[in-house]
Amino acid sequence: MRQKVLFGLCVLAAWLVAADIAVILLVLPDEAAQGAIYRIMFFHVPAAWTALLACLIALAASVMYLITRNLRYDALAVAVTEVGLAFGAVNLITGMIWGRVIWGIWWTWDARLTSMLVCWLLYAGYLMLRHAVEEPTQRAGTAAVFSIFAFADIPIVVFSIRWWRTQHPQPVVWGGGAMDSSMYRMLFLNWAPLLLLFAVLAALRMRQEQAQREIDALRRQAHAL
Amino acid sequence: MNFLRQAWLIACKDLRAELRTKEAINASLSFALVILLLFSFAFDPNSEQTREISGGLLWIVFAFAGALILNRSFARELANDCLDALVASPVSSAALFLGKCVANVTLLLAVELVCLPVFGVFYNVRWTGRFWPLLLVLALGTWGLTVVGTMFSALTVNLRLRELMLPTLVYPLMIPGLMAAIQLTTALIAGQPLAGGLYGWLKLLAGFDIIFTALALGLVDTVLVG
Repeated sequence: MRQKVLFGLCVLAAWLVAADIAVILLVLPDEAAQGAIYRIMFFHVPAAWTALLACLIALAASVMYLITRNLRYDALAVAVTEVGLAFGAVNLITGMIWGRVIWGIWWTWDARLTSMLVCWLLYAGYLMLRHAVEEPTQRAGTAAVFSIFAFADIPIVVFSIRWWRTQHPQPVVWGGGAMDSSMYRMLFLNWAPLLLLFAVLAALRMRQEQAQREIDALRRQAHAL
Repeated sequence: MNFLRQAWLIACKDLRAELRTKEAINASLSFALVILLLFSFAFDPNSEQTREISGGLLWIVFAFAGALILNRSFARELANDCLDALVASPVSSAALFLGKCVANVTLLLAVELVCLPVFGVFYNVRWTGRFWPLLLVLALGTWGLTVVGTMFSALTVNLRLRELMLPTLVYPLMIPGLMAAIQLTTALIAGQPLAGGLYGWLKLLAGFDIIFTALALGLVDTVLVG
């Protein structure tokens, strides 16, 4: 039953993305200053929002794990972190492609790029830490503490890097930051299927994590016998 | 009161153990000197540019040297199950953590105070112009590095690849603190007074220390006891 629901949601997400892509490519006009490449924004920006949401859920799940010691929360934390990292990577890579076209360079140490990269590395560390711990409850506790530390670091990182960058020349991204309302609406419209995809992937990963733990437990039992 | 006394006892114990064996501080100091030497091959040492990037150079040295001290901090207690005994003793986890932090800060500050004159001599940089503000920045930056590092030393003490995990986890987390320390150190070595925008960085560094000290003291019990 659960599998069918997930499959259905997956199909729905695919259909919505296809419809959105059709609108993005065929209906919306080229942006005045940037031409066709601005369309990458419809994936770039929602991916960043999704990644941030993933960090929030990971924090909540980690705190809940430390309170309840229920390993379901641990599975939730690792699932959203991993899928969130994938969305973070989408954000970084689409941003780099955009930067190559508009700025002529793949990377610049602009405040937003640097902050995103630092946060991405932080949460990549979370996954590495998990790989290094064998025992499930120890792994869950260690990872939960790290997740809380990482989340506490995000605002300080973003704030300090912005401050650091204001003392340096900064590339101009948008002139005034204004956007046509149809483009603005599309940004949110395209977030919906990405969120759906995020939920499906996280749910799948969570099941896989729980199954993995059960297999490990059975294997250990077999060893003991 | 009791809490502080316990922390003090742990700090004294760690410092005494370290001063008898000198294993961490010797390794850390010689490693720091090697990195200072290596920098001279990375760029032309006797230029005015050295002064402009002095904060960055010094804090990279301190962060690398610190990792060696921090790695040993909890790993030292693994032999003869000392860590289990410490956790089982009436000393609270927070006091244990605080004591170890104080010991690590003392050791790392000692390494830093040796490195600074060496840096000054090697690269022909006058660094004593703003000595006391610089010492304050060193203390605050080292405290931040040590609090996060000691916490992760406790977190990774039972892991395989412990030596590898600690720096990989700590450095990204340390970026705001390191950045503030670097900005402040560069400006102070260049002879600027601690005012204006530098105050902002000092506040950021102090805030970083306070936030992570509070978080670490609150969470260390779950790490050590489980």
